[in-house]
Amino acid sequence: MKKLISSVLLLSLLLSCLLLSGCHGELVEADTAARPEYESAFTMPESFDESRKITITFWAKNDSNKTQVEIYRRAEADFEKLYPNVDVNIRFYTDYGSIYNDVITNIPTKTTPNVCITYPDHIATYMTGKNVVLPLEELAADPNYGLGGAALKFDSPAREELVPQFYDECQIGGVLYALPFMRSTEACYVNKTYVEKLGYELPEILTWDFVWEVSEAATAKDSDGKTFLINGQQKMIPFIYKSTDNMMIQMLRQKGAGFTTEAGEVLLFNPDTREILLEIAKHAGSRAFSTFSISSYPGNWLNAGQCIFAVDSTAGATWMGTDAPLLDIPEEQLVDFEMVVLPVPQFDPEHPQMISQGPSVCVFWKDDPQEVLASWLFAQFLLTNSVQIAYSETEGYVPVTLKAQQDPAYQDYLSRAGEDNDLYYSVKIQAAQLLMANTENTFTTPVFNGSTAVRNAAGVLIENVCKSERRRQPVDDAFLDQLRTEVCSRYELEPAAPGWTAGSGKTGGEAGEPQEPLPGTARALLITLAVVWVLIGLAYGYSALKRKREKKKS
Amino acid sequence: MKKIIALLLALVMVFALCACGETKTEEQPQTEEPETEEVVVEEPTTEEPTTEEPATEEPAAEGVMTYAEFDAAEMDTEVTVETYVQAHQSWWDGKVTVYTQTPDGAYFLYNMACSEEDAAKLVPGQKIRVTGFKSEWAGEVEITDATFEFVDGDTWIAEPVDITADWGTVDMIAHQNQLVSFKGVTVEAYDESGAAFVYKNAEEKTDDLYFKVTIGDTTYEFCVEYYLCGSDTDVYKAVENLQVGDVIDLEGFLYWYEGPNLHTTAVIVK
Repeated sequence: MKKLISSVLLLSLLLSCLLLSGCHGELVEADTAARPEYESAFTMPESFDESRKITITFWAKNDSNKTQVEIYRRAEADFEKLYPNVDVNIRFYTDYGSIYNDVITNIPTKTTPNVCITYPDHIATYMTGKNVVLPLEELAADPNYGLGGAALKFDSPAREELVPQFYDECQIGGVLYALPFMRSTEACYVNKTYVEKLGYELPEILTWDFVWEVSEAATAKDSDGKTFLINGQQKMIPFIYKSTDNMMIQMLRQKGAGFTTEAGEVLLFNPDTREILLEIAKHAGSRAFSTFSISSYPGNWLNAGQCIFAVDSTAGATWMGTDAPLLDIPEEQLVDFEMVVLPVPQFDPEHPQMISQGPSVCVFWKDDPQEVLASWLFAQFLLTNSVQIAYSETEGYVPVTLKAQQDPAYQDYLSRAGEDNDLYYSVKIQAAQLLMANTENTFTTPVFNGSTAVRNAAGVLIENVCKSERRRQPVDDAFLDQLRTEVCSRYELEPAAPGWTAGSGKTGGEAGEPQEPLPGTARALLITLAVVWVLIGLAYGYSALKRKREKKKS
Repeated sequence: MKKIIALLLALVMVFALCACGETKTEEQPQTEEPETEEVVVEEPTTEEPTTEEPATEEPAAEGVMTYAEFDAAEMDTEVTVETYVQAHQSWWDGKVTVYTQTPDGAYFLYNMACSEEDAAKLVPGQKIRVTGFKSEWAGEVEITDATFEFVDGDTWIAEPVDITADWGTVDMIAHQNQLVSFKGVTVEAYDESGAAFVYKNAEEKTDDLYFKVTIGDTTYEFCVEYYLCGSDTDVYKAVENLQVGDVIDLEGFLYWYEGPNLHTTAVIVK
């Protein structure tokens, strides 16, 4: 009998160990998904072989801006001058979405570019393929060819010379997968003249309550019911937001509410979101608020004196203001006003929080380590002061290196705000300064495969409640529940909790642990243990019974 | 023996619980289909074409509007119209943007829900019944969040209306979205470089083209919309060959972006 019991237990233990191995195996798999398989396969060459001809491709994005194109071209030429054996071929895009789509299309055929402008959200999707995006840790740390490396032929920034927040944003799962290239945030471009005309004084930091209140006041019309009192025109949308996904993400962050977690949990559908949507719906209904998607560019409305609070990227500052170098409306429609550039509205002005955004650069895996090294060198070259300063000056971008930010040439540029309405356009420089002054108040959202979908969903929630209000369809509980269902279905989201209950009052990424089912292997292990205990019980009972019988017999 | 067994089992339990905890923190991210940057605000409703016979199930309460009724309708109200396809932009991600017209007026259907298969059937002249919301974006009056069904029967293709004389007048708005033409307009330098046109994406030449013409005393910017007339079309090539000072005839759809902004479909250099 003892043998039987021992055999059963041994079998159970072996089974348990096997299942434990299974658990371990799953961990490795999950880890591998975050760190693609080729990581260990890349071997850093001892030196860069300059005797070989190497061609690399770089997919760049410009804002239909000739100067940005020229800067990329100059970077290409300067780099090729330093490394004559390398040919850089640049392909230009005018939007990030097209780069993303083309990369996705080229992954299966292994025809991705060597280097491309990207967003971390996009990298997370690229990483689901094998041998796609190269982790940059080893390259960045290399004493010769890494950041600030000794063998570089250009003045590369050292690791500590990158703005820490911007560097950290390029890490996914703790691994560096990109280099930051440019950074921006959102700003609220305010018609101060109209705010004061309405009897209000602009605070240094806008609050949502203030913006809603002034916006509602600006909707007043004269007795004809058509002409707005504030501007004497028949058009006025006091508050327009360009990127509604950013709007929702920032509002949730400022409230300390959930959005997503690092593990990819969707906390978007929470009571704070619901409350925010109801508030926005109210102002959309009164026509105090609208969005780019519904009503066109905030800057156009602002410049025509038909908007008071226009929220757009600091990288769009050259379109803001009646003296802006770039204008999309006829000159005769421009209205003069005093403009100020402020951070986006806040719930807690003592602790402002705003999103950090802007392009990064990633390097794609190739079989030839020398080609990879050449790609890395070019990516790193984009961090040199000459590229950083020149590119940042094309818009309200900020250089991503402290080295460039502190460069006397850049400091001189900042100090000359307002000297002209072109290079030194004051609004553009104010927008850049806004981000530099608030870098510590910026944040990004967790990046994972699917994070783009959650971001899109956040914007769609706002767009749809605005449309419904405008279309006189009530935004009530039934509407919001239906909206949640539709959005989850469209973006294939599986929120962490039912209804509007997920992630309330918790910061995204630090939210409490929602109740999730245990992994399959863990469940199997627990079941096995239970079975083992039952078997032990049965064996013990059988043994006791047998002993009793033997005792009786004897 | 019992002690050993108990100890082993306890250890197994501890390891199991640890393993469960680890698995949770290292959870693999959820998989997701690639998303486009574009904000989509309504669930597309794919509809089967009703090519066999005209649909007659339209709710009586809503009915079908005439162009005059559509024109009079307030913004953001639901509208239903019957109209004839004149052209459409490239289908993408369950949506298509369509230029349509009737003898009374034209309708621009922005990002209408449509399957790729149905988009191929939206040929010039095809009659469709469209339900959506009257909207305005940068001055362009359009129908958004629309669904449609094919209406069999008659077909109609618009002839371009010459509005050279109306250009710049208040009457021009009446022709919004229609197929129109201009005769004898002069190509101006697009910018300080002296070029007669510019590419939106100058390096790759895979996007819209912009050029300027003078009509009367005023210079206007026109466009060759890449998703309507790509780089292999005659109009795209014609604009690429324009010279400053050329006198040209133009045809296109009178789109609006902060003012008239022709989506050019034909250029004839005189």
